[in-house]
Amino acid sequence: MIRFENVGLRYGSEAEVLRDVSFTLPPASFHFLTGASGAGKSSLLKLMYLAHRPSRGLITLFGRDMALVTRAELPELRRRIGVVFQDFALLDHLSALDNVALPLRMAGTPEADIVAHCTEILRWVGLGNHLHAKPSTLSGGQQQRVAIARSVINRPRLLLADEPTGNVDDGIGMRLLYLFEELHKLGTTVVIATHNEALIRRFDHPRLHLDNGRLLVMPARGARAQDGRVRDGEWE
Amino acid sequence: MALRPVRPRSDLPLAVDPSSRFLGWITALMVFLAALALAGAMVVSDMARRWDNGLAGGLTVQVAPMPGAPVPPLDERVEAALTVLRASPGIRSATVLSGGEIARLLEPWLGPGAADPLLPMPRLIDVTTEGPVDVAALTLRLTSAAPGATLDDHAVWLADLRSFAGAVRLAALGVVLLVGAAAVTTVVFAVRTGLAIHRPVVELLHLMGATDRYVSRQFERHVVGLSLRGGAVGLLLAGGTLFGLHRASQGLRASLLPSLSLEPWQWAALLLVPGAVALLALVTTRWTVLRTLESMP
Repeated sequence: MIRFENVGLRYGSEAEVLRDVSFTLPPASFHFLTGASGAGKSSLLKLMYLAHRPSRGLITLFGRDMALVTRAELPELRRRIGVVFQDFALLDHLSALDNVALPLRMAGTPEADIVAHCTEILRWVGLGNHLHAKPSTLSGGQQQRVAIARSVINRPRLLLADEPTGNVDDGIGMRLLYLFEELHKLGTTVVIATHNEALIRRFDHPRLHLDNGRLLVMPARGARAQDGRVRDGEWE
Repeated sequence: MALRPVRPRSDLPLAVDPSSRFLGWITALMVFLAALALAGAMVVSDMARRWDNGLAGGLTVQVAPMPGAPVPPLDERVEAALTVLRASPGIRSATVLSGGEIARLLEPWLGPGAADPLLPMPRLIDVTTEGPVDVAALTLRLTSAAPGATLDDHAVWLADLRSFAGAVRLAALGVVLLVGAAAVTTVVFAVRTGLAIHRPVVELLHLMGATDRYVSRQFERHVVGLSLRGGAVGLLLAGGTLFGLHRASQGLRASLLPSLSLEPWQWAALLLVPGAVALLALVTTRWTVLRTLESMP
């Protein structure tokens, strides 16, 4: 699904934000992406959702070498990726429903289906009473749920989320994680950048850990318990 | 006041852009000017054609009074001219205009007193032709038979009229071309401004998988909506102006001015102007958006 080989990224002439990043995410896998602020989590996600091209190294996505993909081919690839942006990136002049509908409209889904699907998913994330509310009238947590609904509405094959539970209470955070779990079980590859240790502990998934631009892949605890490499307190 | 589109849902908040405020009104102004220019060209073309038809098949012979000159009286010379004309090939008919008819022709210039001028008046013979007439030979025979007779085949007058109509058509074409160029420039400017203002949204749409055509459709809907609404306003204003001119021209007692009315098909042609402007705006918008987006990642 995703393969990074010796990927480096720098903005302009500054020092590299990501250095020699190599990893492979198999299809239908679930990974947390962790690391201190400024460690490069957002930059790594940007490479994955094709907002940037790497300064060096090789990225393979959906079996395609990204260096060889033309600009005209990008929209089709990007439609297979759902993204929850850290700042939500909702369009302020559109209602919650129209925000969620964007990926479907781009894909040319019939209008009647769009309204039905978007209504359903907004009810599911607890915003059934706010279908036509503008984002500016919603709380931070509600906006985040709109952003998450938008990222999953088109059943993406790859779901990338940048701190998706940062603004919601633990109950809703859990509920959203269960939504991501559901998608993961349906075959979506999921990568979630988070600081929330409680969630990481609760859902036993492997971890991509960034430290100062370098990436460390940590297997899930269950897997590590089996090969005996778990040390007490490692996750705290 | 701004001409706002009846807001269809758009992914880009274009309706609140500053450029939206003037685009509709500028379109209205441009459609107004183009419609008036076209209407003017059509009226002048019609007028030229009518005069052309009316004059090209005819000649006018004028027999001047020559008091004191050793020539036969005016009536005899008019009869001699008529005889020559009726005997010439290519002449269908030759009629002497009555005093009343001449008075009517002169009335716009001389007023009601034209019916009984104190000046000696020339006699006019209205000649209709069928087929070619040798004007030079006929002139020669006329002047020998009836001294003081002159023949006018309207050639100079017609040539002037045709070149005038041609100049008006050219001017109208120039106005239409200028209006088109102004429309294109305005749309390019408004669309570039819109793209610059909404660049973050456009980038976001791209990240969600929007194609360039998807983004350009957002702009096209907006610009075409504004153009059509502005165009409708401009056309209404032009129609009102033309109607007013038509009414004013009917009020003139003398028929010096050509009729300012348009045929139904000509009104239909004017109805096409806003459509043409909207189509131009559509093509310009698409071209501008796609060209600008090519430089984005």
